[in-house]
Amino acid sequence: MDTKVQHDSAAPMIELRGISKSFGPVQANKNINLKVNKGSIHGIVGENGAGKSTLMSILYGFYKSDSGEIYINGKHINITDSHVAIEAGIGMVHQHFKLVENFTVLENVILGTENSFLINPALNNARVLLSDLASTYSLEVNPDALIEDLSVGHQQRVEILKALYRQADILILDEPTGVLTPAEADHLFNILRNLSKEGKTIILITHKLKEIMSVTDTVSVMRRGEMTATLETSKTNPQELAELMVGRSVLLRVEKDTTEVGDKSLEVHDLSVTDKRGVTALKNVSFHVRKGEILGIAGVAGNGQTELLEALGGISPATGTMKIDGEEIPLLGKGSDARSKREYGVSHVPEDRQKLGLILDFFAWENIAFGYHHKDEFNRNWLLMDNGKTREIAREEMAKFDIRPPTPNNLVKNFSGGNQQKIVLARELEQHPKVLIVGQPTRGVDIGAIEFIHQKIIDLRNKGVAILLVSVELDEIFSLSDRVAVLFDGKIIGERITEETNESELGLLMAGIEDGSGEQPVMESVA
Amino acid sequence: MDYLTIIQILDSMLRLSAPLIFACLAGLFSERSGIFDIGLEGKMLASAFFSAAVAAATGSVWLGLMAGLTASMVLAAIHGFASITFQGNQLISGVAINFLASGMTALIGQNWFRLGGRTPSLSGDGRFLPIEFPFAESIGKIPFLGPIYSELLSGHTILVYVALLTVPFTWWLLFKTRFGLRLRAVGENPEAVDTGGVSVSFLRYRAVLICGLLCGLGGAYLATGMAAGFIRDMTAGKGFIALAALIFAKWRPAYALYACLLFGFLEAIAIRYQNITIEGVGTIPVQFMQALPYILTIVILAGLVGKAIPPKAGGEPYVKER
Repeated sequence: MDTKVQHDSAAPMIELRGISKSFGPVQANKNINLKVNKGSIHGIVGENGAGKSTLMSILYGFYKSDSGEIYINGKHINITDSHVAIEAGIGMVHQHFKLVENFTVLENVILGTENSFLINPALNNARVLLSDLASTYSLEVNPDALIEDLSVGHQQRVEILKALYRQADILILDEPTGVLTPAEADHLFNILRNLSKEGKTIILITHKLKEIMSVTDTVSVMRRGEMTATLETSKTNPQELAELMVGRSVLLRVEKDTTEVGDKSLEVHDLSVTDKRGVTALKNVSFHVRKGEILGIAGVAGNGQTELLEALGGISPATGTMKIDGEEIPLLGKGSDARSKREYGVSHVPEDRQKLGLILDFFAWENIAFGYHHKDEFNRNWLLMDNGKTREIAREEMAKFDIRPPTPNNLVKNFSGGNQQKIVLARELEQHPKVLIVGQPTRGVDIGAIEFIHQKIIDLRNKGVAILLVSVELDEIFSLSDRVAVLFDGKIIGERITEETNESELGLLMAGIEDGSGEQPVMESVA
Repeated sequence: MDYLTIIQILDSMLRLSAPLIFACLAGLFSERSGIFDIGLEGKMLASAFFSAAVAAATGSVWLGLMAGLTASMVLAAIHGFASITFQGNQLISGVAINFLASGMTALIGQNWFRLGGRTPSLSGDGRFLPIEFPFAESIGKIPFLGPIYSELLSGHTILVYVALLTVPFTWWLLFKTRFGLRLRAVGENPEAVDTGGVSVSFLRYRAVLICGLLCGLGGAYLATGMAAGFIRDMTAGKGFIALAALIFAKWRPAYALYACLLFGFLEAIAIRYQNITIEGVGTIPVQFMQALPYILTIVILAGLVGKAIPPKAGGEPYVKER
């Protein structure tokens, strides 16, 4: 059955032409073109939010593209929903598994492909097929086990089996190793190699360059919704890919004097975070920030940045120690919440300002007080808030931070991204923190506002505040920070003085290649 | 308490459980598909009214039943519209349906019959009549086992038997068929169904309509089988008791039957023993006995009978585009 006559044998197995997709104002995919040959393993790399998952969801019919065409095996196919994609031989293993947790493996495998009114024939059929597949591809899994009792590695096998049961010729895997142990990941790659030997075409989405290098034949790089390059894996190297992923836009350098750095203000030792799924997101992270110093945390998104910010900001619990000016403050339990952190003088500008930093349907003046609304300056007495005064304060701060329009009686959702960010900054900076923790300060912010925000952060540093800057924008790290630590896979993989390093060196660290490992020669900066 | 009394209490337990079984299974279909439905009460009430009204007008209980089912399914479709197509709040939609049914039946009833919201009393072909099993009289004379056949099993209206048969049928549909597999899946993880190439909305609509059908049967039974006509707000919280039974039953058909029988049993006791005197305690007032099913409802809903895990995707509209 695998030697079907193809009406055009030279046609690629998958061809995407001009795929575009927006979610509201966010353009997730811009005019994507891609060709993948039959029987090959094709990798797609890019940072979180680069549009990889969206693109594959379009191919699988989960989202509809705004424009563009899809050809499978040379035939134009209008993939209107997942059913059409399945019919066309496409199977997908999603990053977050689409399994029914209280169903057995067999029930999950046949769901949607039962073929008859009673499910018994399909269950029996699947049982036989599963044992065949298990031996062919080392995809062993107990067919009668409940999904919720299986390890994530086995759950993933079920997803692959689901696709194979539907006779998929094309298998898309979205960040398949994110939840796997290294041994499980190795086993998965063996499975993928076997599948490609049998003529299956595989698309592997990941942001881990090591995986791309070890298992793929060809690789495409995505950045900010665009496909920036497609290369043969054997003719590239992790460093080139890292540069393509992170990109190098025009540097916006900020005037920065050297300042006297003071004592250690923020100290963090052995910070670890385990997320709800039991996956360790941060492992024994230690660092310190001195007064009047900016420590930049660089890294490809999704390597623990969010968890670091949330642990230090008091949003989620963590283990380890955190000290402000030598005084230990809790990371877990009583006194570890966001309000207590503020009391200790830690201000937090969250990376997702719309979710954690602001209430969009509230006025600007209300948002200016949030988190500090219990303080005397915003209250008339123990019962009543002083709205008039809060508005006045908001008006002053909005003028100071050049927030446009400078009207406190404006809903926050009606401000642009840059001005929204300035509202958060105004609120946090006007409280004169000892330590500022700031995540992705200029994400989605226009250029003018970027300069202003950068200047404010530098000013604060010059006043002697210790600043932890978490950013996936390498440019931002370079222009602001005094020292850089690189976060990879939940660990700080290296630390450099900003002046003494370059983008190539950091790019290697961001790709998880530690110095001294001898894997890659350190090249001179191309910039 | 003699043997025959026990049999008679169990007999009224069956009679009183039937509407609960219908409503509970109705809720089971809806909630298993991920659509919470607190409008069981309203749908039963609408069906009770329209079945009694049409039966009174035409003299045919079967036409009445059809009218009742239609009314209940129309309300079910409205709930489906609100919660599936328009992705609205399922609780609010359910509450609205309850109010709508309560007000509408009283209003239309008064307008049509001028009896203060009641329908005329039904008789003859306007009601479902008890079905006597063959040889009930003679088998009943057999000691011990006889009365079980003649008193307990025989002598109910057809809808009681339908209710009892719906339980194994539901089990079979849920656990042995493609529809059931998908229904259970869509209430747990609609994305799994969607990525399997199956329409989430269509599945949920079917579940909601089955819910309407079963509520309709329950309501029609109340007005044309158990009673002889419609009385204002005659469901008296049965839809909510059925919901409690559903939680008690952990959304499983067989347990649903047991839970409904328990509620029916409590009601039967309350009717049989208006005043129970316990030595040393005194007489327990009738109001307390009548309140027992409702007290049990609160106990169950407060989670005092162990942890009940509802279908995971229940109550959440399925939104694919982020």
